[in-house]
Amino acid sequence: MKTPVSSMMLVFVASLIGSFGAVFLKLGAEKLRYGFRHILSMQAAAGVALFLLSSVFFGWGIKNGELSVLYPMVSLGYVWTLLWSRIFFKEPVTKSKFAALGLILFGIVLIAGAG
Amino acid sequence: MISSATSLPQPQHKPFTRMQSVGLVFVCTILGAAAQILMKNGVNQMTHFSLMQAVRNVPLLAGYCLYGINTLLLMLALRDGELSMLYPIIALTYVWVTMLSTYFFNEHISLAKIAGIMVIVGGVTVLGRATSKA
Repeated sequence: MKTPVSSMMLVFVASLIGSFGAVFLKLGAEKLRYGFRHILSMQAAAGVALFLLSSVFFGWGIKNGELSVLYPMVSLGYVWTLLWSRIFFKEPVTKSKFAALGLILFGIVLIAGAG
Repeated sequence: MISSATSLPQPQHKPFTRMQSVGLVFVCTILGAAAQILMKNGVNQMTHFSLMQAVRNVPLLAGYCLYGINTLLLMLALRDGELSMLYPIIALTYVWVTMLSTYFFNEHISLAKIAGIMVIVGGVTVLGRATSKA
């Protein structure tokens, strides 16, 4: 196996942190309806900070192992985002969204097995 | 202070055409893939993780810049375009990264990797359609 499990775990953590970044950016974006000067909100700053933190874990993760294995694992972020959208923004999880998650996870498992 | 959504002015911008949105997202997938290759190249050069090393690492910084530009352009493209059409294009980034990884880092492409990427692109396509309908 050319890609260590530890690298996969780091990308896993990076995707989790990044998905929280998206939640905060969404909260920040909601403030924009009160005018563009609200672009600099605490929520937006937190979102950007989480994205930066996520990229540190990602960079750490891709140092060892194959990029062609580790980069597709970023798609795990879609899975987290759907979960948080359901929990924090009460967005509906339809059958097709559920099917999409299944496909993405299956793809990640295939590539992890190949790595 | 503006407090109600009804008093907001109408959007000032001229919306992108469908082709413009698609074209911009396509450019974003190439920029995004290039950013990943630069970042991987950058971290490969690092002996250990220190901020001092990171801020002097040209490929890593270039990768970060490209990633930032890519994110801004993507937001612009997603503003007017339909997600169901743009999501599958965004997923092309996975294809480019894999192709470029074999070229730059001599990574091996296996049938399982190709299958995995196709399944993920399929998943993202379904997600884009599902999100547009909701």
